Amino acid sequence: MLRKISSSSYLVWSLLFIIIPIVMVGFLSFTPVEGSGHTGFSLENYKRFMEPIYLKVLLRSVEIAFKATFICFLVGYPMAMILAKMDNRIRNLAVMLFVVPMWMNFLLRTYAWMTILGKNGILNKFLSLFHVEPLTFLYSEGAVLLGMVYNFLPFMVLPIYTVLTKMDNNLIEAAEDLGGNKITVFRKIIFPLSLPGVVSGFSMVFMPAVSTFVITNLLSGGQYMLIGNLIEQQFLVVNDWHFGSAISMFLMVLILLTMSVMNRLGAGIGEEGSAGIW
Amino acid sequence: MKKSIVVVLMIALIATMFVGCKKDDQVVLNVYNWGDYIDDSIFATFEDETGIKINYETFATNEEMYTKLKKGGTQFDIAIPSDYMIEKMIKEDMLEKVDLSKIPNYANIDEQFKNLDFDPNNEYSVPYFWGTVGIIYNTKLISEDIDSWNVLWDEKYKGMFTMVDSQRDSIMVALKKLGYSMNTKDVAQLEEAKQLLIEQKPLVLAYVGDNVKDMLISEETAMAVVWSGEASTVIQDYDYFKYALPKEGSNKWFDNIVIPKGAEHIDAAHQFIDFLCRGDIGFKNADYVGYSTCNNETLKLIDPSLIDTTYAYPKKEWINNFEIFLDPGDFVKEYDRVWTEIKAN
Amino acid sequence: MVSKWAKRFYTILIFAFLYAPIVVLMVFSFNDSKNTAKWEGFTFRWYQTLSENSLIMKALYYTVLVAVVSALIAVVMGTLAAFGIHYMKTWRQKVVLNINSIPILNPDIVTGISLMTLFVAFKMELGLVTMILAHVTFNVPFVVLSVLPKLKQMSGDTLEAAMDLGATPWYAFRKVILPEIKPGIITGGLIAFTLSIDDFVISYFTTGNGVTNLSIAIYSMAKRGIKPEINALATLMFVFVLVMLILINKRTKIEEI
Repeated sequence: MLRKISSSSYLVWSLLFIIIPIVMVGFLSFTPVEGSGHTGFSLENYKRFMEPIYLKVLLRSVEIAFKATFICFLVGYPMAMILAKMDNRIRNLAVMLFVVPMWMNFLLRTYAWMTILGKNGILNKFLSLFHVEPLTFLYSEGAVLLGMVYNFLPFMVLPIYTVLTKMDNNLIEAAEDLGGNKITVFRKIIFPLSLPGVVSGFSMVFMPAVSTFVITNLLSGGQYMLIGNLIEQQFLVVNDWHFGSAISMFLMVLILLTMSVMNRLGAGIGEEGSAGIW
Repeated sequence: MKKSIVVVLMIALIATMFVGCKKDDQVVLNVYNWGDYIDDSIFATFEDETGIKINYETFATNEEMYTKLKKGGTQFDIAIPSDYMIEKMIKEDMLEKVDLSKIPNYANIDEQFKNLDFDPNNEYSVPYFWGTVGIIYNTKLISEDIDSWNVLWDEKYKGMFTMVDSQRDSIMVALKKLGYSMNTKDVAQLEEAKQLLIEQKPLVLAYVGDNVKDMLISEETAMAVVWSGEASTVIQDYDYFKYALPKEGSNKWFDNIVIPKGAEHIDAAHQFIDFLCRGDIGFKNADYVGYSTCNNETLKLIDPSLIDTTYAYPKKEWINNFEIFLDPGDFVKEYDRVWTEIKAN
Repeated sequence: MVSKWAKRFYTILIFAFLYAPIVVLMVFSFNDSKNTAKWEGFTFRWYQTLSENSLIMKALYYTVLVAVVSALIAVVMGTLAAFGIHYMKTWRQKVVLNINSIPILNPDIVTGISLMTLFVAFKMELGLVTMILAHVTFNVPFVVLSVLPKLKQMSGDTLEAAMDLGATPWYAFRKVILPEIKPGIITGGLIAFTLSIDDFVISYFTTGNGVTNLSIAIYSMAKRGIKPEINALATLMFVFVLVMLILINKRTKIEEI
């Protein structure tokens, strides 16, 4: 009895606030805009999304999200290894210090970069000491990329770190005893074993990066449009909820598919890695 | 034991919070206005005089305001849209009628701002400010005298100027440069304007809204397409800025106060409109926002040196080829599409 | 030996990258200048104007209110839901867990606009209530996921045993199960609270009527241009986070002893 009541209340809730909203968005995406002359079911919004100009936005989003993910991986993997190999005592402190910035409101952190990258920002002030003319860093693709890497780097480092600390040291020692040099051991043992962490790191960075609109809005000055901005614009400025819904549905399917592929790649251990965040 | 203390504390905390936001009989007027478009010290004056509290929210473009009102979810008592948007909202029955007999200070409004085409008998709106769109530039960084939109396509100013993040205004710049009307309903002309703006994009530093003043003052940008009041505020503090009214023509606009349909505090809304039309209050706002007042009593208080400047009260002959935006009706979908494509490119 | 120094250098570099923006904000919160990055003397005035800034103070109030209320509701609902899910048949469990993971996996912007669509379609006035509903929606799944493993660790028969001995189901739940899953509930509640405090995207789409949280206030201020008050706010928040973390760390250490 108790079991029934306890689960059914959440079932009702999730039906109301998870399923129905998505169904409504799906419904909007398959109906044409008012005043367009068409009524009833139509694929018009999806067709429009397939126009080159919007595909370009999609491609750009995927591309920059990949770039951000890859940079996070390149920068983050060595960091995770260093953290994992630290002495137990300093390690906890180091990991905590690593996480602290994440606890700050992420808009504040992104805003901080605006003050640094501006034409009269700290970076240009610093460069002027070396007689470098003020450069334009802000309002560019580079600024957006930097904002992504800065905000999402911990999402890459922590899962890899968790996997690395759980790794069986005997295995590595055995390999070394058998004459493997450091590079071989890393290539043949450490890296393959850490893959689940890498996979979950990839999805945890890629996902927010591909759908962000805040970082682009603040750091690109409305110059550089990603798929998240496109959705925001349709809902808040242009008032075309149908087209916005179609893009949202597309983004949702894209993310869920990527996640399931990633999960399969991570073979279930990925979940453990992502739990390491908390 | 410890646990129960925590629980009690939690409940106490929540209880005080709910009491804190409990609504009493006091009327709260929901006002929806452009960012940085009122001297907010007048809210306290209004509350002292009438006991009505102001709940204030801002928007960055007419389109954003329209979308928010259209979709519902938030009920405002006062909004301040521009000309073409008022026309559209009247057509779509989104506005309450204004009872001018409840607004004695309406008499202060200059005749030339009454009964304009978008609201022929001022049944729905009361004038607030008016102004133009032009180019402000920093003479320390730009030596040439600017008088045309063409500079915004000049390679030598690459990365040195900003555009407005507002669809009608940005498209207007391109249409005017091409010599077309900014109210065009010709798809071919609109497409041409779109191409021009896409061409221009690599030169633009950013599309900005309310932060343009800071960007100009801190020399983040040397030049910007702005609404005249922004220019006025900047120039009054930093005299090395100039404001150009482009010779190809531009936009002359009017922002009026309206009461959105379904407003809950219609009487209070009228009181607030009357308050805004008072000479001294109008002056406080004009002084803060820098735009040109529609109010004769306020005009008497304005610094005479502002008269006949490009940015505040321009001479009639300087702006006689300026147009007022009209509501394009259903054709707005084309503008939306073009703007989305420009931004997406 | 070289590699040791290389490691140290790399660590310092990364930490500098992570902390540089925060340090910059903190330093410039004491700068007596409105909009330049030039140092023009020491001042506390931004802290004063911050406390007088009604927009930020109101936002702070709503942020805490929404976080506390939504976390509490999420904890109760999530715990009960986890309990129910635990005893479900496998295939039903799978379906419910999949639905449960939608708000976690879905991009925030999609969750935000779909909830906005729902609220608007049902003519609900956007504001405090809709924001809390939205926060509960994205908080519950995390509570469920942190309570469920604890239930799995529990031996299956304790509840039956208690009921055989004459305990009412509710009494058995409170006395037998609750103590076992408490750590999971606390973790879930903390996650819910932090997520709610930090949320921008979903709140941005589901609020209205002048109800803004800190994230939204910061966003609109940042879009308006550089405001020294934000620096002061950042400094205060950083100090707060640091103190909280040190306190939590101390507490857990004492409990370990």
